[in-house]
Amino acid sequence: MTAWIEDPAAGVRVRGLRRAFDGRTVLGDVDLDIAPGEFVALLGASGSGKTTILRALAGLDPADAGTIDAPPRRAVVFQEHRLMPWKRVRANVALGLDREAVAARVDETLAEVGLSGHANAWPKTLSGGESQRAALARALVRRPELLLLDEPFGALDALTRMKMHDLVLRLWENHRPAVLLVTHDVDEALLLADRALVLVNGRIEGDYAIQALRPRQRTDPDLEATRDSLLSRLGVGSGSRDPRQLISLSLEERTL
Amino acid sequence: MNASGATRSRALPVQARARRRHLKRFRRLLGPLSLLAIWALVTGLGVVSSEDLPSPWHTLHTARELISDGQLPSAMLISVRRVIIGLTIGTVAGVGLAVLASLGQLGDDLIDSSMQLLRTLPILAMVPLIVIWFGIGETPKVFIVALATAIPIYLNLYSGIRGTDRKLLDAARTLELSRLQIIRHVILPGAMAPFLVGLRYAAGIAWLVLVVSEQINATSGLGYLIVNAQNFLRTDIVVVGLVVFGILGLLTDAGVRALERRVLAWRST
Repeated sequence: MTAWIEDPAAGVRVRGLRRAFDGRTVLGDVDLDIAPGEFVALLGASGSGKTTILRALAGLDPADAGTIDAPPRRAVVFQEHRLMPWKRVRANVALGLDREAVAARVDETLAEVGLSGHANAWPKTLSGGESQRAALARALVRRPELLLLDEPFGALDALTRMKMHDLVLRLWENHRPAVLLVTHDVDEALLLADRALVLVNGRIEGDYAIQALRPRQRTDPDLEATRDSLLSRLGVGSGSRDPRQLISLSLEERTL
Repeated sequence: MNASGATRSRALPVQARARRRHLKRFRRLLGPLSLLAIWALVTGLGVVSSEDLPSPWHTLHTARELISDGQLPSAMLISVRRVIIGLTIGTVAGVGLAVLASLGQLGDDLIDSSMQLLRTLPILAMVPLIVIWFGIGETPKVFIVALATAIPIYLNLYSGIRGTDRKLLDAARTLELSRLQIIRHVILPGAMAPFLVGLRYAAGIAWLVLVVSEQINATSGLGYLIVNAQNFLRTDIVVVGLVVFGILGLLTDAGVRALERRVLAWRST
């Protein structure tokens, strides 16, 4: 059982979170803190338990033990957009909101993510990037104090992903929710987050502050040292010229 | 249509696309038209005697007579009414049972097994029982149509609801939708496509069982018109009845398809 405490003013505080599936430990005693307005990236290989933590924070899955303090208004963006295909974009964003004042806020949010022109479109007609922007709008319109991002850029092409990085940063700067970004992309974490956590086999094995000023460049020398430590903590040797490629290779091996 | 076909037709200018649509519609008419031609030919050449099969013109003539003396319109009205009432009751029952069965384990255990049992039963075999229960008035006809149509609606909607995308359900939960809102905004719209397949199927079955029950124990309706004509060896009236059934069946199907286009607009485009 997990004990939940919902406090809008406080950030996220997770203590001793455990979870096992069929006797296999997925999360072992995870402690995790996110200050209000802080942008935290959670890095790990596939199967390391990243998504399990995110789903527990979202209230989707129960944990076996531990306590979770999280703000009451939480919103999630998944890897797939998960828009209701039978609702137009505006109705998708407005889903579950109370009627009053909704219309204005929905349109405002759609404008913020650059989808004003697609408010009446069916989700099926949107591109991958547009769908994710609609999913972001659906999350943001709820004014979340905690925004949970589960590899939201994983299925996008490289150029679209870069645009989405800029968009997410801008939205975060405007609204300042606490953010937990689950990703296996070290560069993504370095570009976006205040802090990167490394999850290895269900335990948080590293906690790195990223202090470089935003907007950051991938080639920023300030990020170099952190990248090396993150990669080695993830079990990937540094020294390769293309760490991105190396890490994706190595992460795949780990899951076998 | 395959992917390359879709791309090609999208690339065509609007006029060419319209022409292609007309061509397709014409080609689809070709089949029934040639059947009609064969019918005219075999009856006109005397290959088949007019007692066995009247010619199209003879049939048309009989149809006019039946319309002007009011027999056909009143029989049609009675049959259409029975189908509409029976199908409506069947749909409501099928939807209600499917929703109840798919939303909780108790409902599932109680309802689904019985419905699965009922579906293996040839409904028409129940006609004698239904006559014993309800006699020969309107009730038995409407009852059998309702019973026969509830089953395909139930089966399709039930599997549609069961097949709801778990990922969308998760998303709905993160949006803090209530149970009722989830049913309304996620589960039912997602099950709409299978439901409409069931409805289309049910509409076909409705006509089928109605005709049979009208031929067994009725004094009115299209099925009765046909059986009665058979007693007087009026093949022409029998054929008129068949053609009318065909037309009514097509109209019903077109109606459901129009509904499908409207309700499932999000799928195309």
